[in-house]
Amino acid sequence: MAPGIRLLRGNIGLAVAPIVIAIAGAILAVQVGNAEKDFSEASALQWSEKLWPQLRRHIELTLWSTFWVLIIAIPLGIILTRPRFKFLAGPVLTVANSGQAIPAYGLLVLLAAWLGTQFSTAVLAFTIFAILPVLRNTMVGLDQVDTSVIEAGRGMGMSRRRALVSIELPLAVPVILAGVRTALVINVGMAALAFLIGGGGLGETINSGLKLQRDLTTFTGAAMVALLALTVDWIAAVAERLLRPRGL
Amino acid sequence: MSQLDDNTTQVDETATEPMIRLDQVSKIYPDQEIPAVETLSLDIARGEVLVLVGPSGCGKSTTLRLINRMIEPSSGRIIFDGEDVTSINPDLLRRRIGYVIQQIGLFPHMTIADNVATVPRLLGWKKDKIRTRVDELLDMVGLEPSQYRDRYPKELSGGQAQRCGVARALGADPEVLLMDEPFGAIDPITRDRLQNEFLRLQSELKKTIVFVTHDIDEAMKMGDRIAILKDRSQIAQLDKPEHILAYPVDDFVDDFIGSGSTLKGLSFERVRDLELAPYPTIRHDAGHAQARRVLDAAPQRWLLVLDELDRPLRWVNESHLDRTDRPLRDLGHPVRAKVEPNATLHDTLEAMLTSMAGCACVIDKRGSLQGVVEIEALTDVIRRLRTNARKHYEEGNGSVAPTTGTTA
Repeated sequence: MAPGIRLLRGNIGLAVAPIVIAIAGAILAVQVGNAEKDFSEASALQWSEKLWPQLRRHIELTLWSTFWVLIIAIPLGIILTRPRFKFLAGPVLTVANSGQAIPAYGLLVLLAAWLGTQFSTAVLAFTIFAILPVLRNTMVGLDQVDTSVIEAGRGMGMSRRRALVSIELPLAVPVILAGVRTALVINVGMAALAFLIGGGGLGETINSGLKLQRDLTTFTGAAMVALLALTVDWIAAVAERLLRPRGL
Repeated sequence: MSQLDDNTTQVDETATEPMIRLDQVSKIYPDQEIPAVETLSLDIARGEVLVLVGPSGCGKSTTLRLINRMIEPSSGRIIFDGEDVTSINPDLLRRRIGYVIQQIGLFPHMTIADNVATVPRLLGWKKDKIRTRVDELLDMVGLEPSQYRDRYPKELSGGQAQRCGVARALGADPEVLLMDEPFGAIDPITRDRLQNEFLRLQSELKKTIVFVTHDIDEAMKMGDRIAILKDRSQIAQLDKPEHILAYPVDDFVDDFIGSGSTLKGLSFERVRDLELAPYPTIRHDAGHAQARRVLDAAPQRWLLVLDELDRPLRWVNESHLDRTDRPLRDLGHPVRAKVEPNATLHDTLEAMLTSMAGCACVIDKRGSLQGVVEIEALTDVIRRLRTNARKHYEEGNGSVAPTTGTTA
């Protein structure tokens, strides 16, 4: 109860967003369900055969790539902000930057040519793509922690590790989470391209609509991706507020 | 060795072994030719407040941070309570030393109680013990535990935050406290209050404290002894504040303590230690003729009128007498400048400057006259302080070298 109230008080938008998403989803379902469909549309828009498995695959792609992003980018960000490895920060950020600068399409195709067309190749591509925001935010988040706070902790006899775990990381959490949120939303969008290399996802519906020139199919796929992105963003926003340390 | 010390402190008597000894400590930063601290030797006695004071960039903060090895010395030894701690695990060393910095550095994501509990937690104390200790500490620094325990640092004012910082530094009852300009970022009124509270606290706790400041007045107020540092943390003069004020050893010290050192020196002397010359007084019910006789017989120009309990009432001089037949208690000027025996000479002088007769009346608790301070009494004191301080240095007791002050 208490966290809910805190959320509401802080941000009306957070309370309204899920309602808006639900209404939009309901309208979409009713409209598509009642629309007159030809054979190709009817087959493309089947819920249990097509849309639902694609949606699930889309979510899986997003979650797995985000999972790997967290596993790689957060520890890397921590290491790169330690005095001993600080000199590596510049080069690594450059590489991470270029990961995002490569056109997504190109990256997917390159990786597919190398590793074959499968789910894991798509996950790898999206992971590379979304590392940058989390890595950068982890580094910025740790760097912006007031040095006097760390100095006070170390001065009282906290070891480096202890200072990292109980001071630096908690204080960096809000910034790191903002990066994770960005990565999630990027990945929802990117996952729509997974169909290109046989990775599945809602991109298939969009693609078939485009190819067969069926606007209803295209629109339904695109709208579902958009609603999923909004939902994921909302969940991340809620997590951001709940995980943010009190007192900040 | 305290021929000039009427107030020999316990520091001098128990200083058999220093609490902290810096032995030929130097700090040279890589890529820098000039050392930040150059072969500094310094003994800090048990229970004393030693203030390191000097212009910015003189290395006073670096020196402080060498003690708890927040900065590792390039050479030399640090002896802590008889034990060489130059190469033990610095984290373990720091848990035995309280540390307060100017920015305070409270952990913003932890409650006040959690902040204060930092060191006890590191030491693995039991939960109940920590809880009791936290409340005790908050109480000690004047933060009502029930009210402040669960607050977060951002909900505190600057003064409250610094109190909390001090409570946190005292967490595990360390013998030594290092304070790096702890009151530097606080407004003057609050700072003065915190300084006073801190002195009161220290008079009970009797910790060994090394205190860094760039403010000479703060140094004079807080320090049992003061080390005035110049470049590379070289000690220009190390002594009790009153000795430094009375006898700056060189131009650097003289410049640093600035003008008004004589006035500041008066803050360390008290009225009760003065020898007061007799002053002409008369009861309020005496006649004018008698008053004139008393005034004529005395060298002073003013006569002090007392009531039946010897409480000073009026200043009267020759021009007031014989003009009317009003009683003495209605003549002249009211007595405003009154001080108690434990007032400092600084306060006494201030009172004298506002007094019609240029004198201050010393009164006891009931308000009865004990004597009158005239300006000559003050100039005598100043002369005596200077002579004694010079003698003290000429005999080689005071030092620019690191000994424990007056115990040579």
